[in-house]
Amino acid sequence: MTKFMGIDVGSTTVKVCVLSDAFEILYTSYERHFARVKECVLNQLSIVEEKFGEGLFRVCITGSAGLGLAERSGVPFVQEVQAAFTAIRKYYPDADAAVELGGEDAKIIFITGGTEQRMNGSCAGGTGAFIDQMATLLNTTVDEMDKMSLEAEKIYPIASRCGVFAKSDIQPLLNQGARKEDIAASIFQAVVDQTVSGLAQGRRIKGKVLFLGGPLYFIKGLRKAFQTTLGLDDQHAVFPENAPCFMSIGAALYAQNVEEMPLAETIKRIRDVQSQDNIVTGQPLFESVVEYDAFVARHKASDLQFEDIKTYSGPAYLGIDSGSTTTKLVLITPDCKLLYEHYQSNNGQPLDIVLERLKEIYALSQGRIKIAGAATTGYGEDLIKAAIKADFGIVETVAHFKAAVYFNPKVDFIIDIGGQDIKCFKIKNGAIDSIMLNEACSSGCGSFIQTFAKAMGMEIDAFSKLGLFAKHPVELGSRCTVFMNSSVKQAQKEGASVEDISAGLSSSIVKNAIYKVIRAKTPDELGQNILVQGGTFLNDAVLRSFEIETGKQVVRPGIAGLMGAFGAALYAKENVAGESSAITAEELKYFTYTSKSHICKGCTSHCNVNVIGFSDGRKFISGNKCEKGAGLKPHSDELDIYSYKYSRLLASVQEKEKGAKEKPRRGRVGLPLALGFYEQLPLWAGFFEECGFTVVLSEQSSRQLYFKGQHTVASDTVCYPAKLTHGHIESLLDQGVDFIFYPCESYNLDEHDSTNHYNCPVVAYYPELLKANNERLNNANFIMPYLDLNDEKSTVRALKKALSAYKLSSAAIRKGLKEGFVRLQSYYADIARKGEEILAGARKQGLPIVVLAGRPYHIDPEINHGIGKLLTSLNVAVLSEDSVFQKGKNVLLNVLNQWTYHARLYRAAEYVSEQQDVNLVQLVSFGCGIDAITTDELRSILESRGKLYTQIKIDEINNLGVVKIRLRSMLAAVEEQKRQRERV
Amino acid sequence: MTENTKNETADFREDYPKFKPEMKYTHKILVPDMLPVHFGIIVNLLKKDGWDIEVLHNSTRAVIDEGLKHVHNDTCFPALCVTGQFIDALKSGKYDVEHTAVMISQSGGGCRASNYIPLIRKALKAEFPKVPVISLNFAGLEKDSGFPMNAKTLFKLAFAIFYGDTIMSLYNQTKPYEVKSGSADEAREKCVKIVGDAFDRGGYRKYKKIIRLMLERFAKVEQRKESKVKVGIVGEIYVKYSPLGNSHLEEFLLSEGCEPVVPALMDFVMYCAVNNVNDAKYYNKKSFATLLFHIVYKYLHRVQVKIIKLTEKYGFEPLHDFEHLRRCADKVINQGVKMGEGWLIPAEMAALAETGTDNIVCAQPFGCLPNHIAGKGTIRTLKAMYEYENIVAIDYDPSATKVNQENRIKLMLATARENLQAAEKEQK
Repeated sequence: MTKFMGIDVGSTTVKVCVLSDAFEILYTSYERHFARVKECVLNQLSIVEEKFGEGLFRVCITGSAGLGLAERSGVPFVQEVQAAFTAIRKYYPDADAAVELGGEDAKIIFITGGTEQRMNGSCAGGTGAFIDQMATLLNTTVDEMDKMSLEAEKIYPIASRCGVFAKSDIQPLLNQGARKEDIAASIFQAVVDQTVSGLAQGRRIKGKVLFLGGPLYFIKGLRKAFQTTLGLDDQHAVFPENAPCFMSIGAALYAQNVEEMPLAETIKRIRDVQSQDNIVTGQPLFESVVEYDAFVARHKASDLQFEDIKTYSGPAYLGIDSGSTTTKLVLITPDCKLLYEHYQSNNGQPLDIVLERLKEIYALSQGRIKIAGAATTGYGEDLIKAAIKADFGIVETVAHFKAAVYFNPKVDFIIDIGGQDIKCFKIKNGAIDSIMLNEACSSGCGSFIQTFAKAMGMEIDAFSKLGLFAKHPVELGSRCTVFMNSSVKQAQKEGASVEDISAGLSSSIVKNAIYKVIRAKTPDELGQNILVQGGTFLNDAVLRSFEIETGKQVVRPGIAGLMGAFGAALYAKENVAGESSAITAEELKYFTYTSKSHICKGCTSHCNVNVIGFSDGRKFISGNKCEKGAGLKPHSDELDIYSYKYSRLLASVQEKEKGAKEKPRRGRVGLPLALGFYEQLPLWAGFFEECGFTVVLSEQSSRQLYFKGQHTVASDTVCYPAKLTHGHIESLLDQGVDFIFYPCESYNLDEHDSTNHYNCPVVAYYPELLKANNERLNNANFIMPYLDLNDEKSTVRALKKALSAYKLSSAAIRKGLKEGFVRLQSYYADIARKGEEILAGARKQGLPIVVLAGRPYHIDPEINHGIGKLLTSLNVAVLSEDSVFQKGKNVLLNVLNQWTYHARLYRAAEYVSEQQDVNLVQLVSFGCGIDAITTDELRSILESRGKLYTQIKIDEINNLGVVKIRLRSMLAAVEEQKRQRERV
Repeated sequence: MTENTKNETADFREDYPKFKPEMKYTHKILVPDMLPVHFGIIVNLLKKDGWDIEVLHNSTRAVIDEGLKHVHNDTCFPALCVTGQFIDALKSGKYDVEHTAVMISQSGGGCRASNYIPLIRKALKAEFPKVPVISLNFAGLEKDSGFPMNAKTLFKLAFAIFYGDTIMSLYNQTKPYEVKSGSADEAREKCVKIVGDAFDRGGYRKYKKIIRLMLERFAKVEQRKESKVKVGIVGEIYVKYSPLGNSHLEEFLLSEGCEPVVPALMDFVMYCAVNNVNDAKYYNKKSFATLLFHIVYKYLHRVQVKIIKLTEKYGFEPLHDFEHLRRCADKVINQGVKMGEGWLIPAEMAALAETGTDNIVCAQPFGCLPNHIAGKGTIRTLKAMYEYENIVAIDYDPSATKVNQENRIKLMLATARENLQAAEKEQK
């Protein structure tokens, strides 16, 4: 009697299933393998052997981590989606679709209406690993998170495409004191959204749907979110009892097709699998213990001196660094001796930690110590400052710089690798010269080791120590955490040891920082006096990797993890005048607070505003992008050209309402408020109104609008402005327009300042993609002629043909175009005029001026997330690239200057580089391949003339916390430069 | 307003080593590894013309690492591979860096690929400041560092591409079925030699004779009669062809028992020519070059049609007729989509489906801009047009692992095998 066995080796678990010859399920098991794949499989097989004895089996392996094992043991393999499909056909022949979430994969199988099997691409959040990562962030287990999610009251928008983005959405929510229950539910919702947009891509998941895989079986909150989002009732959402082992059952069924073999032979084959030697390995970190000891001794030299808090009496200075994942406190004496230090992970509310520690400080000092000055810094700077009435709040970059100078006055380069982010600053002439922060695709930082250690079932300390003496550290590449995960998977598949992986991780974090964040070509570019800090550098393996990679000996202060707090304390010490306002022991005793959140309805941004009420009646409000949310009088948009441009653009429609009424209406044309229309709307509004059409615009962008079109997004790696377009199309269709007009334009308008005048490929041809992926669009209701607006003749011809249903004469089209260009020119003129006005106004008031340089569509508030407003709230006047570029000289560049919008950036930079009081901040949309070229070139234009370059990457994430730090750091550096100029 | 009306110019260019014609006699030129067969033929013929030229074959992890170090994160994978390959080679010590140049083709389209040359220059600047970067282009770009082109060289290149395409296609059609292991490889080597000899003797334009010789040689390879899953490879030009770029995709498909079907490089050349003609038609962008491109296209197409006829005569599956490709494109997307590989990608996918290859790997660098639209964006349309169309889009990236890519290809293959079995059953 031959039995069938399926072995499913996933990224985190091993599942085994045994079927009888009549396909009855005799046995299933589910076990985590902690990267020891072979051992775990063998262990499972021995249990099977015990249970069923010797005998003939037909065996099939499946799963992403099973591929290598199958290849090398010669046991047959079946692709896991195929395995699932086999099982579905057997047990659920009436299913219409199946969704399966695994450890690191997500899959959808459409069964009826054209069979199709899909898997997530390489850039993939929204899987089991993502949920694990989020649980770590919330400092809880997945189980707990699940329970919490069922108590949710509201859902926050969270990006799930990328774990890094999700973190930057979640962290501020945590820091603002949002309910964990709501966050947990929001995380699950994000996973659902990711699956629907990333995988379904235009196909609706409907009918009877099976939900498979571990996460969907164990996590009720996730099930609920799927069911609600897809609108499935209990009859149509099926959660099989054997969902976690479903793939292994499928593999067992599939094993019908393979040859039978004695169980002992299968076991032998798997046992004999040798790890192959084709993984790339590097040098060991330390050759010997002696070498390690010398290294440790050298770094001991940079420790601070201590003073006993229990005996010291006198003034002391408090510094608090409320970071994204950890809270740090130090208390120092006037001669910079350390009285008290504290470093702790934020378990949700950092304020609680601070209050508790302050109580402890006051208790230990028994009235002998007086806090003579206090400063806060970090993500939670404002909240903590308000709560404890600190004297100062400073930007974290400034805090770190202060601290670094204390250890090495000649320091010219600081690199800080924390849990969540990497920060690097170059120091020139005693001021921060440039700041580099990690981004989504260069995200490998400290918490990755932590998450990984946890996945291996180890503590981070023990895990990273393992790497110190590893013989062959594996090369894991230097990119984002998701990619690193799959590199680790590959290394495991090849049989790398845990030690080698640990060392490999340390070195890849360092490489990521040097080559991807700093983008250094040679180690010498970093500087001569390098100071390293941040919690991750307390890890000797990381420090050593850094020294090896740069070939330099660097300074790591003993308080590497506390530098922000130390810098804040130093700042308080140097700057406090008179009595400190910091909370006293007495006040602290009775201090409590409450936290509430609501949606601000002040404007279209709909900020999620969080209100913390202190027991003394004061309030702290966060999450708001402008003063309205804080209940203050809104500041004026007078100095923000982004607000102006947006309303001016919309005003270009129906300028001639009265005149138009006299003409016969030809119909209602829909223009999507997206991509190229942010520049050409005046032209097309003028054209169609002149030709007798009523112009209907899509509704203004919002997160909701994005979700509306999400199911038609074909490529999950395209930029957010493009993804939003799908929502605009839905919006126009819902408004019942006669047709949507959206031209394809390879060539943009020629502004005669570049080698060529292309549009970017996405802007040029997006209509093709929209039409191909939205079933509601057809030739009649979606008109997309190919135009080159520089050539009237061919444009008239193409428009006449495209609009043939409306029988426009060539003369009418020419007249319409003429009106369109008049409106476009008047739009341009108004922007230039407004730019002059803002410039003059700002100069009169002595305000700093920033050219926020992006693309026309960056004026969409849903795309720029209100950065313009943020800048004006920091008292900065905001110009745009298109309001100043005409004043810049033509430029000759190192790169090929061939896109109209990008050519403006270069000229705007040229202009800025000649103005002492103007700086440039470049807005870059995540996924913009062309900006990979423009960013480096803009940087070199500005830096060649001694200007700062600042870049802000934006995506669907809605949180400006990081952006604010970056902008404030830039402003601080500008201030410092100005002070130095004045000194000279 | 203080508008810049004087048309002043600010020069931000950094100096870079130029390629001067006399360097032909002093410098070795390195070329990246893209199409092994084609580049082998081209290099040989250029050597005969007095160029000291070499195709790089270094493909270790160090190549990717050098690329990662020297190229911006978000730049596409081909730029990274090519740059990495150059720098790794220059560092190897095998070349006299005072007398070495590197060469890359440049299309000059609206895709960021047109910027590879400046990117490579930037990357080389730090460590190899004397190595010039040569641009191989037909758009008149980089006049101070272009590869000297004349009609004769162009002719030679065109024929080299025709021959390379034919060898590649015949090899892929015989290799999976060869009875004696290695006999298809022998035929390939022999054909490369036939072409080499033709260039030597100057008879390279007698293409009918040469193609016939090749067909005869491959027809001699003894083959098993069995049906295998055919898998088409389309996509961005570099990752479509380069084994370094696509993790040896062809080899992988062969090892999975499939027949890889790789469309011709000539299609891309003709695509570029047609785009010029289309620009004139669509936007009145007429110039002397338009006429030239038109003539060149007509000529190439005539040769192509004759090669196709010959191939059919010998019972092999011919490469696509470009006019057929254009008709295929029109069913899916407008020929105005001309950046990157543009409309050529859906055209090839449709043409493959119409010639019995429904299974397709659409290969692109991670985040490739034109491919959002012309690749991934057209899959839905194609699936609606062809019942069995089975496409997997694979992103190539320095850190995307082979496991991840192969697993997705295997999923596509599983469906392909089922379709094949069902089709065979039906036939019986």
